[in-house]
Amino acid sequence: MTEDVLQVSHISKQLGGKPILQDCSFTVKRGELKVLIGPSGAGKSTLLQCINCLIPPDSGDIWLEGTKLDRANKAHLCAFRAQVGMIFQDFNLFDHLTAEENVAIALRKVRGMSRKDAADRALEELGRVGLARRSQLYPAQLSGGQKQRVAMARALAMDPKVILLDEPTSALDPELVGEVLAVIRDLAQNGMTMIMATHQMDFARALAHEILFMERGKIIEQGAPDVLLAEGCNTRTRDFCCRLLEMGA
Amino acid sequence: MLLDIDFFTQDVLPALNQGLLVTLALIIPAGVIGFIGGIVLGCARAFGGPVLRGFGNAYTTTLRGVPLAVQLMMIYYALPKIGIYFDAYGAALLSFILCSAAYHSEYVRGALLSIRQGQIRAAQALGMTTFQTILWIVVPQAARRALPGCGNEIVYLIKYSSLAYLVTCMELMGEGKVVASDTFRFTEVFMAVGAYYLVLVTLATWLLHWLERRTYIPGFGAR
Amino acid sequence: MRCMRRRGGRTGSPAASPHFPANPRKKNGIFMASSLQVVMDALPFILGGTVVTVCAVAIALGMGLVFGVPLAVAQVYGGPLARRCVGLYVWFFRGVPILVLLFLFYGLFVSCGLNPNPFLISCCVMGCTSTAYQSQIFRGAIESLPQGQLKAARALGMHDAGAIRSIILPQAMRLSIPGWANEFSILLKDSAVCYVLGTQEIMSRANSVAARTHEHLAMFAVAGVIYFVLTIIVLALLRRLENAVQIPGYSTGNGMAGFECKG
Repeated sequence: MTEDVLQVSHISKQLGGKPILQDCSFTVKRGELKVLIGPSGAGKSTLLQCINCLIPPDSGDIWLEGTKLDRANKAHLCAFRAQVGMIFQDFNLFDHLTAEENVAIALRKVRGMSRKDAADRALEELGRVGLARRSQLYPAQLSGGQKQRVAMARALAMDPKVILLDEPTSALDPELVGEVLAVIRDLAQNGMTMIMATHQMDFARALAHEILFMERGKIIEQGAPDVLLAEGCNTRTRDFCCRLLEMGA
Repeated sequence: MLLDIDFFTQDVLPALNQGLLVTLALIIPAGVIGFIGGIVLGCARAFGGPVLRGFGNAYTTTLRGVPLAVQLMMIYYALPKIGIYFDAYGAALLSFILCSAAYHSEYVRGALLSIRQGQIRAAQALGMTTFQTILWIVVPQAARRALPGCGNEIVYLIKYSSLAYLVTCMELMGEGKVVASDTFRFTEVFMAVGAYYLVLVTLATWLLHWLERRTYIPGFGAR
Repeated sequence: MRCMRRRGGRTGSPAASPHFPANPRKKNGIFMASSLQVVMDALPFILGGTVVTVCAVAIALGMGLVFGVPLAVAQVYGGPLARRCVGLYVWFFRGVPILVLLFLFYGLFVSCGLNPNPFLISCCVMGCTSTAYQSQIFRGAIESLPQGQLKAARALGMHDAGAIRSIILPQAMRLSIPGWANEFSILLKDSAVCYVLGTQEIMSRANSVAARTHEHLAMFAVAGVIYFVLTIIVLALLRRLENAVQIPGYSTGNGMAGFECKG
C-alpha cells in the first residue's frame, strides 16, 4: 500500500531566462490523490507537463516504479508516457476521430492491439464514464463535459500507473463540472493514483490525501488537507483558499 | 448558321477531341506532380529551418506574384538563351507544375499550421512516437483542411491549361484556334471549346465535392 | 495568330514605337551590358503598357463591383428563378478559361457587326469573369452575417430593399475586402493573357520588343517585375482601405470565406 509509484526529484525549468519551476520534489504512493493548488502562473501546469516531458525539464529526475526515466532515449520516453495518463485543461481530443476512435487509436498504435480488441476496450472505457451511447460522435458534436470524459476514457484505456490531471474542469461551464468531478471521484475511490491541479477546493478537501501548494515555481507547503486547512492555522494554503472563497461569494 | 451540324461533326469535334487528349496529358501529370511538389514545399515552409523556409517563401511569393503567361514565355522563349531547351508541351507542363506547386503549398502550409499544438501534445502524452503522431494525427487533419483549397487549385489548373496555346502547344485551345482561323467562325468554334472546358471543370468540381462529402467530419471543412 | 491583330484604340501613351538598337550581343559577347541597354531603351514603352493594363483591370474590377453586388443580392435574397439565372451565369464564367472567352467575344463582336476593339473586348471579358467571381465573394460575405441583422432591421419597420442597402451591404462590403484584394491580384495576372488579341498592355509590349531584339529573358523578366510590383502596391493600398473602413468587432481576418465558395 505504501509503495512509491512516481518520484519527482529536483525538477527545475527556465523559460526565456525566467525560472518557471525551482527544485520541485515529491513522491506519490500507490492509490494516492495529490492535489496541486496555487495561484495561476505558479507553475502547476508546467510541473505536470514536465513529469511526462511534454515540456522537457532543465534538470531533475523522474522515477516510475523505481525506474529512472531516460529522457534521451525516445523509445523509453514513449513507453514511459504510455504508462502515465494525462488529462488536459482544454481536452485535446483528436478532432478527426470519433469518441471511440479517440480512445482506441493509442491502444492500436502504441499498445499494438487489433482493431477489434481496441474498439471493444474503447467501448468498455466509454461505458465506464457514461458515454457508451455517444461513442460514434465527433468531438465537435460533444459538450465540454462529455469531451473531458472521453479524454478520461482515453487515458484510462491505457491502464496508466498514474494519471496527471491539469485543471480538468476549468474550461467547463459550471453546470458541467459535476459530471467530470464525479468520474474523478469514482477513480479516487477505486484506488487510482492521481496528481491533479485544480481550483475546486471543496473537492480537494474532501478527497485529496495530500495538498501541494505552489507559488512562483516552488512547492512551498505540503501536507494533508486537514492539517493545511485546519481552522485557525496560519498557512499560505489556507490563506489562498479563503481568498478563493471570498471571490466566489 | 449556328445549326451547321456538318461543320461541327466534320471539322470542329475531331480537332477538339484531338486537343482534349493533349489537354488531359497536360492536366493530369501537372496536377499530380504539382500537388506532390506543393506538399513538399508546404512542409518545408511550415516546418523547415530558416534558410529552407526563406527559400520556400520567396519561391511561392514570386510564382504567385507573376502571371502564369509570363512564366510560360520565360520557360519557352527565354531559357533557350541560357542553353535550356524545351518543346512546347514540355515547357507548358513544367511551368504548370512549378506554378501549381507554389499555389498548393500555400494551402498545405496553412493546413499544417492550423493544427493545434494540443493535438500533438495529446498524442505524445499517449506515448506515440513523432512518426506515429504525424501519420495518424497530423496528416489526416491537415488533408481535410487543405482539400477545398487544393481542389480549387486543380479546377484553376484545368482552365489555365489553355495558356499552353501561347507557346504553340496544340491542346484544346490551340486546336480550336486553328479551326477558327481557317474558317473564321470564332463564335461557334469557341462556344464548343468553352463547352469542353465547362465539362472538364464541372466534372472536377463534382469529384471534389464528392471527395469532400466522403471525408467530411463535423468540425472540419468549409465553415 | 496575329491575323486579326489591331492597334489598341486607347493605348494611352507612346503611340509611336521607339526604335531599338540592333542587337550586338552575339558579336561582342557582352551579355549583361547589352541586355541592360535594351531594357533601358524599352522601359518607357513597356511602362506605357502598364497604364493600359491598369486601366483594363480597373475597368474590369469596377464592372465586377457594379454587377457583382446585385447578382450576389439576387442569389441570396432572390426567388428560385433569379438564383438559377445567377448560378448559371457564375457557372459559365467560372468554368470557361479567359483565353477561350477572349476569342469567343471577338467572334461575337464580329458577328454582331461591332468593331472588335481588343481593349474593349479584354475589358468586357475580364469584367464578366470578375462579375462572376465577385458575386461569389459578396455572397459569401452576406451569408456570413448573422441572421439577426436583417431581422432587427425588419423589426424597425424597414423595407427589405432598404435593409439590404443600409444594413447588410455596408457590413458585407467590409468583410469582402480581403477577397476583393485576392480577386484583384488574380485579375491582374489574367490580364496578361489579353495580349493574344493585340491589346497593347505590358505583356504584349514585352513580347514585341523581345521578338525584335531577341532579349526574351530580359524582357519577360521586366514584365514579371512590373506585375509583381503592381500587385504589391495595390495590395498595400487595399490593406490601407481595409484599416480605414474598419469597425471594431469586424475582423476581416477570415473574410476569405466567400472566396473559396464553389458554385
